[in-house]
Amino acid sequence: MYRWGMVIDLDKCTGCQACVVACRQENNIPSAGEEEAHLGRAKFWMNVVSEVKGNYPNVEMHFLPIPCMQCDRPPCTMVCPVAATYKNPEGIVAQVYPRCIGVRMCISNCPYTVRYFNWYEPSWPEEYQKGLNPDVYHRRKGITEKCNFCIQRIRRAKEKVKKEKRKMRDGEVVPACVETCPSEALYFGDLNDPKSRVSRLSKSRRAFRLLEEMGTEPKVYYLKEGEWDVGE
Amino acid sequence: MWESEALAQKYHKILTPLTHMRWPFRITVGLLSIIFLWSFFAFGWQYVWGLGVTGMGHPMSWTLYLVNFVFFIGISHAGTLISAILRITNAGWRTPITRAAEVVTVFALAAGPTNILFDLGRSEKFHWVAIHAQFKSPLLWDFTCIMTYFFTCVLFLYVLMIPDIALLRDRFPHRRWVYQLLSLGWTGTEKQQRILSKASAFLCIAVIPVAVSVHTVVSWVFGMQTQPMWHSTIFAPYFVAGAIYSGIAAIILVAAILRKVYHLEDYLQPIHFNNLGLLLLTMTLLWFYFTFAEYLTTLYGGGIEELAVFWTKVNGKYSPLFWLMVLFCFIIPFPILALKRFRTILGTSMVSVSVLIGMWLERYLIIIPTLSEPRLPYARGIYTPSWVEWSMLAGLSAGFVLALVLFTKFFPIISVWEMEKEAQEKTKLIRE
Repeated sequence: MYRWGMVIDLDKCTGCQACVVACRQENNIPSAGEEEAHLGRAKFWMNVVSEVKGNYPNVEMHFLPIPCMQCDRPPCTMVCPVAATYKNPEGIVAQVYPRCIGVRMCISNCPYTVRYFNWYEPSWPEEYQKGLNPDVYHRRKGITEKCNFCIQRIRRAKEKVKKEKRKMRDGEVVPACVETCPSEALYFGDLNDPKSRVSRLSKSRRAFRLLEEMGTEPKVYYLKEGEWDVGE
Repeated sequence: MWESEALAQKYHKILTPLTHMRWPFRITVGLLSIIFLWSFFAFGWQYVWGLGVTGMGHPMSWTLYLVNFVFFIGISHAGTLISAILRITNAGWRTPITRAAEVVTVFALAAGPTNILFDLGRSEKFHWVAIHAQFKSPLLWDFTCIMTYFFTCVLFLYVLMIPDIALLRDRFPHRRWVYQLLSLGWTGTEKQQRILSKASAFLCIAVIPVAVSVHTVVSWVFGMQTQPMWHSTIFAPYFVAGAIYSGIAAIILVAAILRKVYHLEDYLQPIHFNNLGLLLLTMTLLWFYFTFAEYLTTLYGGGIEELAVFWTKVNGKYSPLFWLMVLFCFIIPFPILALKRFRTILGTSMVSVSVLIGMWLERYLIIIPTLSEPRLPYARGIYTPSWVEWSMLAGLSAGFVLALVLFTKFFPIISVWEMEKEAQEKTKLIRE
């Protein structure tokens, strides 16, 4: 059984937002527009936030890419009154879109605020329509959505290895954000495989997780900045 | 067995509203209906376009509808609970108030959960909460408890109204078919009396734990979540106390208005308002105690996240509302209720208005600031309720009042048979 996890090397992240764009493209996430974004209706399954420290000329800029943490003990799943979200056997916190009725209790109980709601019927400019990914579910208005480590890619890769009767190679399947990252700051793989890159990196002394003290056991690890250590 | 003619003569003031329909009544009903129907338009608008027509966003995704939900459920509390407690403790002065209290409960309880319907992204799938029930969710506990409470309260109201319905059946021939059906063939025989008193005693006892459970689980919708200043063990009793507080205020206000409009001065006397005022005073103090304990604990031992929410309430962008809440919930009510001189009908009614506003603000301040200050410091949004949300609040309140007004046109708002029973017991005591 796989246990998917991600490692994000903050030292390598340049804040270029390529992962955000790739995620949008892969998962058919419409742009909200400036006005709606101001009201907090923008959806960022992958969100890069930045922090500026100090004043000119001594300025430091830090970036933090935030996908869903795919908690091992997710606070969001147990509060759903209709069981529209659950942790699947491979550890991905999945949203069952057709079941969701838009209560939004999962959103309010997510300490990482990484669940997003469809305030309106999603729409794209006409030129974009042809580029929509046919592999992802079309979410209508009134339901919650979230990052799922590009579950459609994982599903396809699993079908392929099953057909070829072999085991999945490390790095054979990666979400769109990981695939795109120009500085290779993102890693993805099976945490159950002790030899996988993510397993080794997650044990690095640079590794930490967000809000670890809450006991949610996220499967997204960060490697902290400033320590010049490969971490493996 | 009581003579219906004699009873109707004796209590004609209670029964007059059922037969008289003057123009103020028509105007009131007309206005309320317009506001009520307007909210249907607003809901239709929201249903067609999506929840985007509200002011909600990320991270403020639970807002005014939830506030109204908690507020109306709170109002629903006092009614039957107070009525049951007063019955069990045999408080003699309760008799003219209980019916009104029970009616307020039933309609507030109908209004409260309606907010959840508005709040759903897919309102048409509301029944899925029952079909695909997931019992780990506090919302499902809510659903279960509220439904239980609603049916218990309707039963409570109805059972204790049967003798009065029977009276109406005998008095109003042209509405006879309705009352005939509802009176269940009540004639007031000794056997029926015995069953009624047994049933009401049972319901009195049954309704108390149910009522407490309802606001307990309503608080747990927030208390069970991990968010700062929601995740508090005090929430269940805090919410129950707050609910009873706003509920008593609602009853006082309703009683005062009924007294004025339907000329029930003979039945709803200053003593009733004085006694209800004392109950309200108790709840004022209790509310202050809970609020003080909750906020002091947060301030003293709270972590960074808790304190962020604390300061945004006390000293930040929500502070005007916070201090208004303190004003309306404590500073105004306490002195007026504490002094006997001010514990008049006017005094208690004014305090009730203040308490109702204050308690609505309290619900607002519990729900919204927490979401505005999430743990991770990046997700920020602004929230201003849109016209749709205000329309729903107005429509819901209008619908609630409309239901009350129409109820008084079909059923006596003061329990005639209980008044008579009490009067008979009194004369018996005097004779002895």
